Amino acid sequence: MKALRKKVYMVAGYNTVSMGTGRKEFHPKKPRPDLEHYIKEAGQATLKMIGGAEKVDEGVIGNFMASRFNKQANLPAFLPMIDEGLKNKPAISVEGACASGGLALASGIKSILAETADVVLAVGFEVQNTMKAMYGADVLAGAGWMKTRKDGHAYFFPGVFSNRAGAYYEKFGKEKTREAMAKWYCNAIENARLCETAQEFHNKSKDLEGTAKMPLNPKKFVDHLNYSDCSKVSDGASAIAIVSEEGLKNVGIDPKDAVEIVGIGQAASDITQEPENMTCLTTMKAAAAKAMEMAGITVDQIGTVEVHDCFSIAGIMGAEAIGFAEEGKGVDFVLEGHTSRCGKVPFNTTGGLIGWGHPTGATGVHQAVTIWEQLTGKAGDAQIEMKEDRPYGMTVNMGGDDKSLVAIVYKRGE
Amino acid sequence: MDLVPKMKNVSVLGAAGKMGSGILVLLSFEMAKLKIGKKSNEQFVLNAIDVSQPALVNLLGYVRSQLLKHAEKNIVELRDWYADKENLVDNEDVINQFVEDVMAMIQTSTRIETTYESELIFEAIKEDKNLKVKLFSQIKQNNPNAWFLTNTSSIPIGEIEKEAGLNGDIVGYHFYNPPVIQKLLEIIKCDNTGDELNEFSIALAKSMRKIIVPSKDVAGFIGNGHFMRDALYALNQAQKLAETEGWAKAFFMIDTISRDLLVRPMGIFQLIDYVGVDVTKFILASMQPSFPNETLSHSVLNELFDREVKGGQYADGSQKDGVFKYQKGRITHVYDFGTGKYVSKEDIEMDCAAKMGELPTLKIYWKTVVRDKNKAEYLEKFFKELHQIDSVGANLAVAYGQNSKAIGQMLVDTEVAASADDVNTVLETGFFHAYGPINDYF
Repeated sequence: MKALRKKVYMVAGYNTVSMGTGRKEFHPKKPRPDLEHYIKEAGQATLKMIGGAEKVDEGVIGNFMASRFNKQANLPAFLPMIDEGLKNKPAISVEGACASGGLALASGIKSILAETADVVLAVGFEVQNTMKAMYGADVLAGAGWMKTRKDGHAYFFPGVFSNRAGAYYEKFGKEKTREAMAKWYCNAIENARLCETAQEFHNKSKDLEGTAKMPLNPKKFVDHLNYSDCSKVSDGASAIAIVSEEGLKNVGIDPKDAVEIVGIGQAASDITQEPENMTCLTTMKAAAAKAMEMAGITVDQIGTVEVHDCFSIAGIMGAEAIGFAEEGKGVDFVLEGHTSRCGKVPFNTTGGLIGWGHPTGATGVHQAVTIWEQLTGKAGDAQIEMKEDRPYGMTVNMGGDDKSLVAIVYKRGE
Repeated sequence: MDLVPKMKNVSVLGAAGKMGSGILVLLSFEMAKLKIGKKSNEQFVLNAIDVSQPALVNLLGYVRSQLLKHAEKNIVELRDWYADKENLVDNEDVINQFVEDVMAMIQTSTRIETTYESELIFEAIKEDKNLKVKLFSQIKQNNPNAWFLTNTSSIPIGEIEKEAGLNGDIVGYHFYNPPVIQKLLEIIKCDNTGDELNEFSIALAKSMRKIIVPSKDVAGFIGNGHFMRDALYALNQAQKLAETEGWAKAFFMIDTISRDLLVRPMGIFQLIDYVGVDVTKFILASMQPSFPNETLSHSVLNELFDREVKGGQYADGSQKDGVFKYQKGRITHVYDFGTGKYVSKEDIEMDCAAKMGELPTLKIYWKTVVRDKNKAEYLEKFFKELHQIDSVGANLAVAYGQNSKAIGQMLVDTEVAASADDVNTVLETGFFHAYGPINDYF
């Protein structure tokens, strides 16, 4: 599809705190807010900004594994819990592992395009601190093919991306790659410190580089990654309203306070197959290309990116997959500072999955909220300057090991 | 060294106690390594023996919880151990199977006869030489090849060996509390201890990843050799101070000095409460015969014991009332030995501070200093300032540090410890001190 058949906007984004290790208020043994709390907090905040539940035609909830983390299913029925004004309105939930949030956005966009709705409330959430990490790893392994679980690592996904990192080291050099991964971590934490909802907001460490360069410990963790290379285990929710032109008028929001969706690319690849190329996120590449093609832009016009850095190596390979660098050159792109907040294309300006946090089902929505904030000047201390020749923002949300992908291109409303 | 032949059938005497339960857990980890990790086809049995049946039931709950923690921590390795078990897919499956498999090796018993089948007998019963001798000699008569590893912290191994007729089949294996966490292990060979047993005991300790410090077979060994004399010194100092200040203030001040000004994790009287006034008294009594020229007892300690002011811990690990009363681990009241009543800490705190007088302006805390890489530098500055101050508090602290150093030096001079480093290792790892007693600060 060359272009969207009608204008689609996003407005009124909201992120709860990303709760988990790193937050001062987090204590693994003390009671914490539940999934009901997070869904309500995010959903109600967005409803408030758009003038209430009566403005909403449909709702969509993105979530990965509430069925196991919280033993909860039938998630569409949580929509009316947000506000009784949503009772009897259509609601669905979508799941695509860590791309569940992105899929919720895609679903909402499709409702607008299908003209079944002018205003869709999209909420993504995950509450995963209900389990210790080694049991959570079992649950998250569901994002991979279950038949490979037995031979996989105890920490299944760190194991999967450790293998990718190992392949990358071998092909393009370990030392420089580790340098770039350390830089990725430092950028993530420095950005997270500017965003009060970020999980690493309270991180006061004076030696981030030292943390990132700790020796690898394959006996207790994986072969090629450190903890600092990994995203966080997080509880949180994000919400945003997806609206048509008509819907934008209905909610009474100035287009300048909205972002317009100018391109979307979705792609899925066979979960039962091993990656065709260990050092390239090929499905991400396809999704990003589709989104840019639809938007009619090149990477040189993109001013900021929220990329799915579930692991630092995925962030670097993501920069390559989108097209900012050739395969193997993403490390230089990062090391030269292009992804830093003062660089050419600031990536993950509030910390991304490593710094802000990764409430899996919420992440895709969180990325959209961050881009909406940046493009409309609402990012507070984390605000970056958008340059005229790079007016577009992009989000890339990935489920599993390059399996379910959603890439979206945004520009500020006019 | 192949541990398997000796590890197939092991007994722990006093398994339900504080030390015994920890030793049992450590041994269960070791058996798991041999049975599951190395896929041995041998049958392994770990006998948990104690006089109290209800305590053994509680023990199994404790062991299970420790195994679960251990499995969670070592899941990377465990998945490897169970790689050929196709039905165990999730980490949770592997962890649960591990706990079940190890629990299946543990058998509880209240009968001493159970040990007759064992190659190894670990002992962690109370500090009573006659009881140990009686049990060991009975076992030896029925199980002539058994090796004995005793957790005594004070009784000379050679005396037990001789009196029980053990033919050199005993070694001192002194764990620190709690054994699962504490890295230190004092190994005490007596004159007759066989080489094979000695070698085995070192190999096992290494497999348990313990920090091994050898100690000469002299009552109290290194750890209690220092601690007991340190405690007696503190009691004497408190007694002197009590003449003018009263007992509550005296206890409180010496405790504060030994903690804050010596930069230790807890004050000396809190440590006595933690160990137990009763246990401290037993240890001293068991050491006394070996040191006829020293007085290893204290009238105040004996009197506290008689008055049932005993300290020690409840089953849940919380502290019983002793020299102090505690709330959530913090001192709230102090025992006034003169009146036999507890006094609120708040009521004496200010007076004590005034009496102690000037203290170093540089404030350093054990908690922050102990893991700081610039630890030596902070300590040096702090103690330098302490030496320059002429106040009651500073003078008592300096004298205390000097006495502690003298005890340490004596342990080296009398060859209880092979070196100053060994003394310092015991105090730093076994007692969590930020620095060893043999140092240049005092």
